[in-house]
Amino acid sequence: MPNMSLKKNPMPHQEADVRNKNFDEVALGYTPEQAMDEAERCLNCKNKPCVGGCPVMVHIPEFIAKVKEGAFEEAYQIISESSSLPAVCGRVCPQESQCEKYCIRGIKGEPVAIGRLERFVADYHNANCKEKPVKPQSNGIKVAVVGSGPSGLTCAGDLAKKGYEVTVFEAFHLAGGVLVYGIPEFRLPKSIVQKEIDTLKDLGVKIETNMVIGKVVSIDELIAEYGFKAVFVGSGAGLPKFMNIPGENLNGVYSANEFLTRINLMKAYKENASTPIKRGTKVVVVGGGNVAMDAARCAKRLGGDVHIVYRRTLDELPARKEEVEHAMEEGIIFDLLTNPVKINGDENGWVSSCTCIKMELGEPDASGRRRPVAVEGSDFDIEADVVIMALGTSPNPLIKSTTEGLEVNKHGGIITDENGATSVQAVYAGGDAVTGAATVILAMGAGKTAAKAIDDMINGK
Amino acid sequence: MFKIVDKKVLNPTVTRIDVYAPYVAKKAEAGQFVIIRATEDGERIPLTVADYDREKGTVAVIFQIVGATTYTLNQLEVGDSVADFVGPLGNATHTEGLKKVAVVGGGVGCAIAYPVAKKLHEQGCEVHSIVGFRCKDLVILEDEFRSVSDKYVLMSDDGTAGTKGLVTDALKNLIESGENYDEVIAIGPVIMMKFVCRLTKEYNVKTIVSMNPIMIDGTGMCGGCRLSVGGETKFACVDGPEFDGHLVDFDEAMKRGASYKEWERHKYEETCNLFKKEVK
Repeated sequence: MPNMSLKKNPMPHQEADVRNKNFDEVALGYTPEQAMDEAERCLNCKNKPCVGGCPVMVHIPEFIAKVKEGAFEEAYQIISESSSLPAVCGRVCPQESQCEKYCIRGIKGEPVAIGRLERFVADYHNANCKEKPVKPQSNGIKVAVVGSGPSGLTCAGDLAKKGYEVTVFEAFHLAGGVLVYGIPEFRLPKSIVQKEIDTLKDLGVKIETNMVIGKVVSIDELIAEYGFKAVFVGSGAGLPKFMNIPGENLNGVYSANEFLTRINLMKAYKENASTPIKRGTKVVVVGGGNVAMDAARCAKRLGGDVHIVYRRTLDELPARKEEVEHAMEEGIIFDLLTNPVKINGDENGWVSSCTCIKMELGEPDASGRRRPVAVEGSDFDIEADVVIMALGTSPNPLIKSTTEGLEVNKHGGIITDENGATSVQAVYAGGDAVTGAATVILAMGAGKTAAKAIDDMINGK
Repeated sequence: MFKIVDKKVLNPTVTRIDVYAPYVAKKAEAGQFVIIRATEDGERIPLTVADYDREKGTVAVIFQIVGATTYTLNQLEVGDSVADFVGPLGNATHTEGLKKVAVVGGGVGCAIAYPVAKKLHEQGCEVHSIVGFRCKDLVILEDEFRSVSDKYVLMSDDGTAGTKGLVTDALKNLIESGENYDEVIAIGPVIMMKFVCRLTKEYNVKTIVSMNPIMIDGTGMCGGCRLSVGGETKFACVDGPEFDGHLVDFDEAMKRGASYKEWERHKYEETCNLFKKEVK
């Protein structure tokens, strides 16, 4: 008999007023009993709408069926047929707008907690499985992957499983891309990312760090001189966007990219870190996406009073609902329908406050969302010693500017067909380098699609 | 890991290291920079390429010991390795078509100015090098500069080397005496570049400066290196590091450069104390 509870088994968490002072993981994960009980909520329906909602088409009912039986390792094997990074996806995917959105149980009550189950299964495997994955028989064909974020790692994993000799080139000193520099430790522990990367290495994937492709070696050279038969470009997000308002170059104004990189990659939150960061006492974070939530929650953990300033309302906030709830629980203040117009500084060039204006929602704009309009004369100042701009990014220009014939759109995103093929023969692309800032799982989906297309191209299909 | 194959102490606070990094050596050009992490848990710092040898696969950087990271870097000897060495980043100096150039270097900035002077000299350009230091003990690369310069003017703050005075005094004299430069290239402390640009603006001589702001990734991702140039925000790592000096907001750059000064001072003291303890 299935478990007909209308609610998901709740996720155990660190208490809000404890966790907002540390960088340990917020969500603690299901116990085996909780996982098996939650798995009983799955009706194992025939048409599997959940699978269609997953960008990498994980066989969801099948793995959940194994969880019901307590066969957790078998469940893991089913997930890993489709996903290279299950422990990551179980934590950072927006399941509510993907697999869980289509779950039949969600029509009346809450959907099955697919994400939490995926996380449980991946963590169980990582904790208990001592066997290393076996490196497949090599086919001797070299493929290069540029960037070791979610799209690159997925593409590399899928190709390695097919026997390709894959080399991943990473610009930073550490592999993982946004998973290590962007997403904070308390949402995605770096040891988990490292474990997933080690799994890929066991499959034979080589990772070359400190390699800025486009500068040290061009894409053309990878193919013509270094013998790669195909290249996948997953170089990720690029230049951070600013608002072009006065005062943005004052000391204490960070892009979210810089603030998060200092904290996550360079570990500036640790006492003995060699990379500095300004620990704000009054922090303003501008923006409403997941990156804004991450930046705000990091700033809170560094000891600041944190305000998120967003020009629309809670309903339009693009961040995942769970992240917003977590941020609110942790004491972050949301100043909605508010927009900065000027950042003010002191005599030494440091931020002292942020002048904002109240907004109201007008007619819908091109995105279909009601456009925020400034309310004349409503300006007011928020005291601040750190301001973080989390407004998105535009794609990195380095590869475009050094690859002849590579076509990009007006935003600078690489143009691809539905299989990830670019305008240059044997060069594929995916992830934020194509779409602009998006999610981990969409990037993974793009990496997966491109891996298949690269395999087809090389086999002359 | 990237091995240090040569090390020279150029003066008490300035050191040159040659690092084996064949991929970087193959592509490096004057004006570009690398990002170094001295040790595994270290900070990432940008240093401009001082020289390269494509055949030996080495790249040289020259650095002044100003903080914890450069202090740690200076502790490494030939045979040791730096944890990370990434590059070449940024754009190379544009030298095409230049026939007569004044290269102005200040202090450790001369380390970056020298390869530019060399490149200009090799393409047949008339090079006037004007270099300034605080005092005689801090003079670096004198022979190197002389070998690639049609004119070499040495200035010092206290008059112990060359002529007493500032590089701007020397540059002004040359321009006043009728030297017509296609361009002035100024590389040194921000304050020096600011005053060189103020001077050349009066005479309407195009001036290029090389900016060295705080950076993390060096590839256009973090935005930490942003500057105001002609009223627009530019990123030194991908748009520079060289810019039209008449458009750069130097005052802002100086303030941004001092962001972590207090923090760095503490870190430097801690690091020095740590090494002293190890020596005992």
